[in-house]
Amino acid sequence: MSKVKRITQSEAAGLFKDGMTIMIGGFMTNGTAERLVDAIVESGAKNLTAICDDAGRPGQGIGKLIDTHQIKTLIASHVGLNKVCGQQYSDGELEIVFTPQGTLAERIRSGGAGLGGFLTPTGVGTVVQEGKQVIEVDGVEYLLEKPLKADVAIIKAYQVDEVGNVRYRGSTRNFNPLMATAADMVIVEADEHVKAGAIGPENVHTPGIYVTHILEGGAN
Amino acid sequence: MEEKKQYIAARVARELKDGDVINLGIGLPTLVPSYVDPSVSLILQSENGFVGLKAVADDPEDAPYITNAGGAPAGIEPTGAFFNSADSFTIIRGGHVDTTVLGALQVDEKGNIANWIIPGKIVAGMGGAMDLVVGAKRVIVAMEHTNKGKPKILKKCTLPLTAAGQVNTIITDMAVIEVTPKGLVLTEYNPEYTVEEIQAATEATLIISEDLKEMRVNPRFA
Repeated sequence: MSKVKRITQSEAAGLFKDGMTIMIGGFMTNGTAERLVDAIVESGAKNLTAICDDAGRPGQGIGKLIDTHQIKTLIASHVGLNKVCGQQYSDGELEIVFTPQGTLAERIRSGGAGLGGFLTPTGVGTVVQEGKQVIEVDGVEYLLEKPLKADVAIIKAYQVDEVGNVRYRGSTRNFNPLMATAADMVIVEADEHVKAGAIGPENVHTPGIYVTHILEGGAN
Repeated sequence: MEEKKQYIAARVARELKDGDVINLGIGLPTLVPSYVDPSVSLILQSENGFVGLKAVADDPEDAPYITNAGGAPAGIEPTGAFFNSADSFTIIRGGHVDTTVLGALQVDEKGNIANWIIPGKIVAGMGGAMDLVVGAKRVIVAMEHTNKGKPKILKKCTLPLTAAGQVNTIITDMAVIEVTPKGLVLTEYNPEYTVEEIQAATEATLIISEDLKEMRVNPRFA
């Protein structure tokens, strides 16, 4: 019997608490679970650490949580499409940990894969190196980058079956499958809900064993 | 301004070879494909998670599901493939991209590049640029030669670096410059300018190639 719980949007809102670390899938809002972001807004949870590729756009994706000042620290690779975010950063209200996109992806992957981190040439000789251990391997310098984990990850699927197996569509996949491996609670929002096994084992991108909750309801 | 960008894109297009895996940065580099000879077939990598990037989706039902790395609607070739962000940067960091073309705020004679932040002014972030310039086999910087007359090709970058020593070629509206261990070598010049004018617009000292040529650009194909 699958342990995955089916929840409503207001039940989802009850899961988010002050000070949590939340991973939010998507790339410039493509592949972001918008109804679950709405649930975070509804929760009113504050002082959040958010891990996301970017800052979305004002009023869209993770941008909704910047509008509401719920995020204290944002770990992201770029924020260029969100002026509100840039303003909060300049005003000193929001802390942003700028992380190269490949490093961000691999830190999340490491978190999910039980690794202590990884060595990357990206960022050597730049401000990204500050405070990090530099390790030389066969004459090449690498930065030691540590894993990222979260209390909750919100995932946007194209299809989810009854046991939580997920299939993504198009470029909405991006960070979603990585984040699904790296959080204690993994909540999936999907366009389509299908019967257990209907996706087919060959087509499952995120195995349901990672998923703890499925948000009821499909695409608008 | 726009004319200069088109000229630079038309010159960059000549550098790309049939079958190359290419990653284009946002802005000017996205103009390049229009100038690539139709006999040259490129595989465009989109850092948000696929190869086979094309401008529009064939099936309108796919449209909400596919964007380019600038977040704008896009499509995918039938021969393309989607993957997650860790796989995307396995391709990028792992040396599976033949050439990346990207803009810059500053480049210097050591091949250092700064293109992600102007402290106190522009806060955008590096996105995938730091991984791209470290991982791609060849890094082409495509940019206007100066910022309204102020040199962008310097002895030493003053802005925070994107990467150290990774730039191979600089293509501007005035010149084509190769980064070598000896310094910056001027290999081609736009005949609208003299070599002296190009040097005057460049802070770093240019070494004039023995094989110096006039810049030639591709016509617009698409």
